[in-house]
Amino acid sequence: MTSLFALVDCNNFYASCERAFNPTLNGKPIVVLSNNDGCVIARSGEAKALGIKMGAPYFEVRDLAEKEGVHVFSSNYEFYGDMSRRVALILQEYTPNLEIYSIDESFLDLGNFLHVDLEGYARGIWERVPRTTGIPVAVGVSSTKTLAKVANRLAKKSAKANGVLVLTDPAHIEAALKRTEVGDVWGVGRRYAKKLAQYGIYTAHDLTLKPDSFIKKHMTIVGLRTARELRGEPCIDLEMAPQPKQNICTSRSFGETLTELKDIEEALAAHTVRCATKLRKQQSCCSALTVFLETSRFALSYQMYFNNRTVQLESPTASELVLVPQALEALRAIFRQGFRYKKTGIIVSGIVPANQVQQSLFEPDHRQRDQELMQALDSLRSRYGHRSVFYGVQGTGGKWQMQNSHLSPCYTTRLEDLIRAK
Amino acid sequence: MEAVVLPLHPLNEERFLVIIDRGNSLPLFTTTVQAGFPSPATDYSAEPIDLNTYASNHPASTFLVKVEGDSMIGAHIMPGDLAIVNRDIRASSGMVVLAFVEGGYTIKRLEVRKEAAYLVSENEKYSPIKIDSPEGGMIWGVVVGIHRKF
Repeated sequence: MTSLFALVDCNNFYASCERAFNPTLNGKPIVVLSNNDGCVIARSGEAKALGIKMGAPYFEVRDLAEKEGVHVFSSNYEFYGDMSRRVALILQEYTPNLEIYSIDESFLDLGNFLHVDLEGYARGIWERVPRTTGIPVAVGVSSTKTLAKVANRLAKKSAKANGVLVLTDPAHIEAALKRTEVGDVWGVGRRYAKKLAQYGIYTAHDLTLKPDSFIKKHMTIVGLRTARELRGEPCIDLEMAPQPKQNICTSRSFGETLTELKDIEEALAAHTVRCATKLRKQQSCCSALTVFLETSRFALSYQMYFNNRTVQLESPTASELVLVPQALEALRAIFRQGFRYKKTGIIVSGIVPANQVQQSLFEPDHRQRDQELMQALDSLRSRYGHRSVFYGVQGTGGKWQMQNSHLSPCYTTRLEDLIRAK
Repeated sequence: MEAVVLPLHPLNEERFLVIIDRGNSLPLFTTTVQAGFPSPATDYSAEPIDLNTYASNHPASTFLVKVEGDSMIGAHIMPGDLAIVNRDIRASSGMVVLAFVEGGYTIKRLEVRKEAAYLVSENEKYSPIKIDSPEGGMIWGVVVGIHRKF
């Protein structure tokens, strides 16, 4: 074996963050809701045991939650983001080669640690992260990232593993793959699982036995890569610097349903500014934008309306002076009077590095001017807050603003929210 | 640019630690750049003093806590102070700790005796809290310093 990866995954991350600063929640069921208190996006083990499903709309589980004394929180990304950063800082002490895969998962390259007591090393991470941050984790170690994911999953599920599983012995790997449903493998998913079941492939182990040609035919080259990784052949390397995103979407449900174009324009303008800011942060420009507008998914069918409009831009840009008016024009084109709208958003695509933008021959060159203005806006907003400078069309009413009536304090990022001690 | 005076006056009590608000650090020295004459100081440039690092050697596990009560005034921990709490240190007898007991946070001195652990105030008004079972309370972190704004 020549390579080694560890996957460190925080247990029920959002719920654990809430618990870290509020020990009275230990052992109690917790759910965290999506933006706008719409759906359940995180559950503590106790909430899972009550049968509350991931993604369930809050209004459907509210009665059960009240009856069972479930603690309900609005998502507090400012707080979770800081806790995630702290966990990553601790993990960086274990290896310089760290990939922060998501807010609650990181891959560690342990490539040179072949002669180390891996079990003890992983157990050290498992013990230290919760002690220093309050966030419990599970650790899976194996020769590829996909196998490390398998190990991590079993580390969480198996009482014997108790949060740590090192899969290096071929017999153990085979046993683990036999215990893992193919749909639970990283990169496979439910849809492929259904298809694979038709060919008698139910477990991860079944998949590794199929010839490459079969896998490539049914699951493309990406699926083949997954199968090879399951066989212990590393194909997916650590991504230490995040790749620039190929498209960026900014959208949010409104705090209340909206019927007036003007209110929706305010929301879309704000989303567009956010989106343009993200573009500039990764030093990119976009070539096209898509605006979408929708009513509630739970509305009656004749009251439902979904539409979107894509606009190809003259030349790639990240300037709000171009993106905001274009987005609003697209919105006006798809807006229909008489519906109760729940959500709007913008997706930018055709993303190119800002330093490779070709200027259109027939348009006036405002690029230099726009760029300087955007730089000024970015630095003002980063210093004084995102709302310090905004466009008139964004409005000040904020009818569309999020509802988050169960928000916990930002314990680690705001002085006024610190825990208080007698 | 102006020279900056470090406001780190010695205080009567050694345990006092002054941190500039928001963790901003101060440059140790600055130089003006003039064409033609390279500054002799540039060869000796150093990182500015980082008061965060001074406050705690382990930022990932360091948290701030607002002090509300007067139970530790004997240890010069006053209401309104910010306590700097490091979770990377294992609490041992004699340390000032942040504990969670009876549904709330409290800062006390930890005293481990044979029969139980005690959370001891430094104010005669309050008697020690005895903890002799895991349910009795938990140590959340060790208080490594305080910050007070004048």
